[in-house]
Amino acid sequence: MEKRVTFGRWTIGILFAVPQLLLIFTFFYWPAGQAVYWSLTLQQPWGGGNIWVGLDNFRSILANADYWNSITASLVFAGISTGLAMVVALVLAALTDRQLAGSRLYRVVLIWPYGIAAPALALAFRFILAPEAGFMAVVNKLWPGFWDPGLDGADAMASIIIAFSWKYVGYNFIFFLAAFQAIPRSLIEAAAMDGSGVIRRFRDIQFPLITPTIFFLLVINITESFQDSFGIVDIMTAGGPANATNLMVYKIYSDGFKGLDYSGAAAQSIILMLLIIALTIVQFRFIERRVHYR
Amino acid sequence: MVERTPILNFFTHLILFVGFIFCVAPFVIVAIAASHNLKDVNDVPMSLLPGSDFWVNIKTAWTTADLGPKLLNSFIMAFGVAAGKVIISALTAFSIVYFRYPGRMLIFWLIFITLMLPLEVRIVPTYAVVANVFEPYQTIMDLTGLSWLIEKLSGVQVQLSLGLLNSYSGLILPLVATATGTFLYRQFFLTVPDELTEAARMDGAGALRFFVDILLPLSRNNMAALGTIMFLWAWNQYLWPLLITTDQSHAMAVTELKQLIPNVGGAPEWHIAMAGTLIVMLPPLFVVVLMQRWFVRGLIATEK
Repeated sequence: MEKRVTFGRWTIGILFAVPQLLLIFTFFYWPAGQAVYWSLTLQQPWGGGNIWVGLDNFRSILANADYWNSITASLVFAGISTGLAMVVALVLAALTDRQLAGSRLYRVVLIWPYGIAAPALALAFRFILAPEAGFMAVVNKLWPGFWDPGLDGADAMASIIIAFSWKYVGYNFIFFLAAFQAIPRSLIEAAAMDGSGVIRRFRDIQFPLITPTIFFLLVINITESFQDSFGIVDIMTAGGPANATNLMVYKIYSDGFKGLDYSGAAAQSIILMLLIIALTIVQFRFIERRVHYR
Repeated sequence: MVERTPILNFFTHLILFVGFIFCVAPFVIVAIAASHNLKDVNDVPMSLLPGSDFWVNIKTAWTTADLGPKLLNSFIMAFGVAAGKVIISALTAFSIVYFRYPGRMLIFWLIFITLMLPLEVRIVPTYAVVANVFEPYQTIMDLTGLSWLIEKLSGVQVQLSLGLLNSYSGLILPLVATATGTFLYRQFFLTVPDELTEAARMDGAGALRFFVDILLPLSRNNMAALGTIMFLWAWNQYLWPLLITTDQSHAMAVTELKQLIPNVGGAPEWHIAMAGTLIVMLPPLFVVVLMQRWFVRGLIATEK
């Protein structure tokens, strides 16, 4: 879409864009390019510039079992937390959309979790799920040793999944509810006149009409599970126990800033960038459908 | 609703209520735990009746993590990011929508691509840039021979250097450098009727005048939505402040939470940790509750 009426003096026009361009060049394009350069070179230990090593950094990362472990952990985390957060939010939004008494309250309260900072909710859940105090301690009293995220990798993974999903149920709820409310009421009423029940209407009218939102949220949830998980991991498990929750962004951070392996961290960043770009492209393929429905 | 479905209604209420409990429980538990003393908070099961030490714990958490200045820092940063976004995005969108110049589409795409790669995945090199903001320009001048030329001509050796670590601008600027708000404004500007522009031009208004006096007042809703969303987003940032602020005087409230985690072997001071969590949770929660309309609208509009 283009404007018919514009202003003539285009030099002024460019000036308006200059602040943004300077910012994204300095803090986006340069660092992104730098990451590519670092990933292809190796920094000398005592300064003295970088030497070109081609794809060696990538090779050594991909040959590293720790890295594959980190990818697996990230994918497990992304898969389960996305599934959990989306299904719960979908059910809650569909039911809220029935507009029974009290639905206004749910509409307000169910979005609160999304406003909370990941580290803050992580600390809250660390307490709630702590094995010796809090609430899982009750379970541990009944079955000693049942739950210990400090020692058991699966328990640690479950804790960060619970914390992340709790936040993103709120996020998905907002979008699902908006999608449901965008469906014309008359459509539902006409279907009801024709004798279809609630389940049938959901399956044949509402669900197909919100598929664009589902695809959109699927991509956003997966991307966010790569990024927004950092605070949760750092507060709740610090990547442990035994690297069970060492997700990709956390590994980049600990390799780059604690291990001071810039080249390795840069190569990992590039792989993560490619992954996210691939996801974004997938999302774009569905953008047509989204626009079509609105 | 369209028909009478008593059984389904019952289950609707039941499931929504369970969802409501799960949603609110963490807030309530944090608040209750923050009101207990050391012994009560570690009781199994913890009593759900509030204890009497709420204000004592809040005070202890406040002083232990030195939350006063940290909260102020968080406010400055969140406000800076929100204001920066609201202003800079509006300028850029105006330029893209209301002018025709060569390379306009290139600029559009350059900005659009920034949506794809969040700060988290490029932290390492971004950190290096913030350590010396002029590094990109210095390198370019060195590579193009410009600094050599300047040195020959004026005898001045060009050494541009400006470190932004431990500064508000270092915290704020990289977070502003994405496209989130630009497209929100663009979509809105495209719906502003052309007649308005024509009328303004007829009355002799130039581009700047039109922008300030007509377009900006019309975008008030967008500004509120974008500002709310960006404030929350910046307030909740964790990784970036953690890296940039090595100096305590610039630390953020959210990053300070780490100091409240009870360490292994020490006294499990969960009541203090939860009091701190409560303090850090409340400001964004207030924003969500008070600005609900803008929050929802901003979220849906910026992510589209």
